[in-house]
Amino acid sequence: MDNATEPQSRLSKNWPVHVALILICAMAIVPFLWMLSTSLKTADTAMEFPPRMIPNPIVPGNYLTVINNPKANFLLWARNTLIVAALSVAGTTISSAIVAYGFSKIRFRGRGFLFGLMLSTMMIPFPVTMVSLFVIFRWLGDHTGMMWLGTFKPLWVPAWFGSAFNIFLLRQFFTTIPDELSEAARMDGCSEVGIFLRVILPLARPALVVVALFAFMGTWNDYLGPLIYLQRPEQFTLGLGLQNFQSQHGGTPWNQLMAASVLVVLPVLLLFFLAQRTFIEGIATTGMKG
Amino acid sequence: MMRTEQRNLLKGLAFISPWLIGFAVFTALPLGLSLYYSFCDYSLLQPPVYIGTANYQELWRDPDFWKTLGNTFYYASLALPLGMIMALGAAMLLNVKTRGTSIYRTIVFLPSLVPAVASAMVWLWLLNAKLGLINAFLIWVGVDNPPSWLEDVRWAMPALVLMSLWGVGNTVVIYLAGLQDVPRELYEAADLDGAGTMQKMMNVTLPVLSPVIFFNLIIAIIGTLQVFVGPSIMTGASGNPEKSTYFYTMHLYNHAFQFLHMGYASAMAWVQLLIVLVLTGVAFWTSKRWVHYQGK
Repeated sequence: MDNATEPQSRLSKNWPVHVALILICAMAIVPFLWMLSTSLKTADTAMEFPPRMIPNPIVPGNYLTVINNPKANFLLWARNTLIVAALSVAGTTISSAIVAYGFSKIRFRGRGFLFGLMLSTMMIPFPVTMVSLFVIFRWLGDHTGMMWLGTFKPLWVPAWFGSAFNIFLLRQFFTTIPDELSEAARMDGCSEVGIFLRVILPLARPALVVVALFAFMGTWNDYLGPLIYLQRPEQFTLGLGLQNFQSQHGGTPWNQLMAASVLVVLPVLLLFFLAQRTFIEGIATTGMKG
Repeated sequence: MMRTEQRNLLKGLAFISPWLIGFAVFTALPLGLSLYYSFCDYSLLQPPVYIGTANYQELWRDPDFWKTLGNTFYYASLALPLGMIMALGAAMLLNVKTRGTSIYRTIVFLPSLVPAVASAMVWLWLLNAKLGLINAFLIWVGVDNPPSWLEDVRWAMPALVLMSLWGVGNTVVIYLAGLQDVPRELYEAADLDGAGTMQKMMNVTLPVLSPVIFFNLIIAIIGTLQVFVGPSIMTGASGNPEKSTYFYTMHLYNHAFQFLHMGYASAMAWVQLLIVLVLTGVAFWTSKRWVHYQGK
């Protein structure tokens, strides 16, 4: 810990730290390289042992094979995932912001209690509610005149009712916005909705971006939800599709499976590199305010 | 004219109403329903029939309930402490101000971005007994009979733990933020007192970081007790070999959606909730002794 207190950039003195970090980074990065490398091999060279890290020959055609595979419709699955993600991101961000405003800028009786109740719901594991949620969506399908199970609705409709984690995150951010700003607007005759839209939201843009990113990642990552609610392969999301792709090939061709995995991972990595700072700061704040 | 207090109450409730409705419909109602179903025979095709505590009694006698509970705890007992220690260790190394830290930080974080299904695919291949990179490496360094990992009753669980450690980048970032918040004056004061590196870690870093450690502990308890995606994809619906990687959530899922034992699955759900509540409760209770909040 010495070095943390005294900034210094001399490589020589820190060499054990560098060795340790390079080892850790190697462990972090090798699975990516292995995935990429296998995805560029032929079915035969993928089965070589000991394996080569650099494929010979390099076969980018695996990606086309995967995309054109009649049994696996990755483009459709990507589209499905994007639809669910777009609706969930919009829903979570908008509803969480509205709720967070209520929890941070309006003083009312019972606020503390309700906020505590909301925080405690974060401790409920999804498996605990998934059985009865399934029953509820089935009931809705029988009584609302529209299908719920076997559609995307169970995956995105709940997002429009705020997510505890994101409400918490936004509330923390909103409380750092001085009350004088909203008071001044109120003096000018601005309504509560006006204050929310014109004063708070513009200032909270960075936090809203974090919430949107997390919501997007959540959808891209979700497996159990689609597994329970979606039935036909045409509706699958990417995660479910990838699993389906793997299990329908009896003797999994590894090169194709890895190419498909790269296709699922790549968009997230690109998004990360586009919004790296937002990501890191967002995750950092979640822990700090805990 | 309404009193301000009343008006604020209405305004406040109006703003939080999305959550209030969502809480009622997607949290409170499912919890209540599953409590009710847990006392019912319910196959989804017929209306639930009240059968008292029969589901809970059957749970008690179900060897797979105990097996999956044991497996889940076994997994948690390895993945949770190892993950916490590795993440903290990596964060401390990354906190050293030296060249290239931003690149190191990015690389360490990358695996936690990988969706669980994709991660399962990659590790299935890495851990492949005959062709996988891990065994190629082990043979290369001179291990004669490397384990068959997911095909071996003893090694399947450690293999899944190993995979979980790959994704600790999120936790690292949270620790790192906590480390950067440690006031420099504390280290300077410790220096004046002649404290060594170890003493500074035990008496300055860890106490100041304890709220963050506590936060990560709670998240990890809740997370490790509901493992599902990795094993269900990598080792099949009943956790091969010989159910050695059959997890609690997998058992619950199978009863609910394969056998349509909704009542039985609901009983399992409530037991799971109680376990999570007890464990996080214990964590909160012990936290008074080891978690130090600054400025309080």
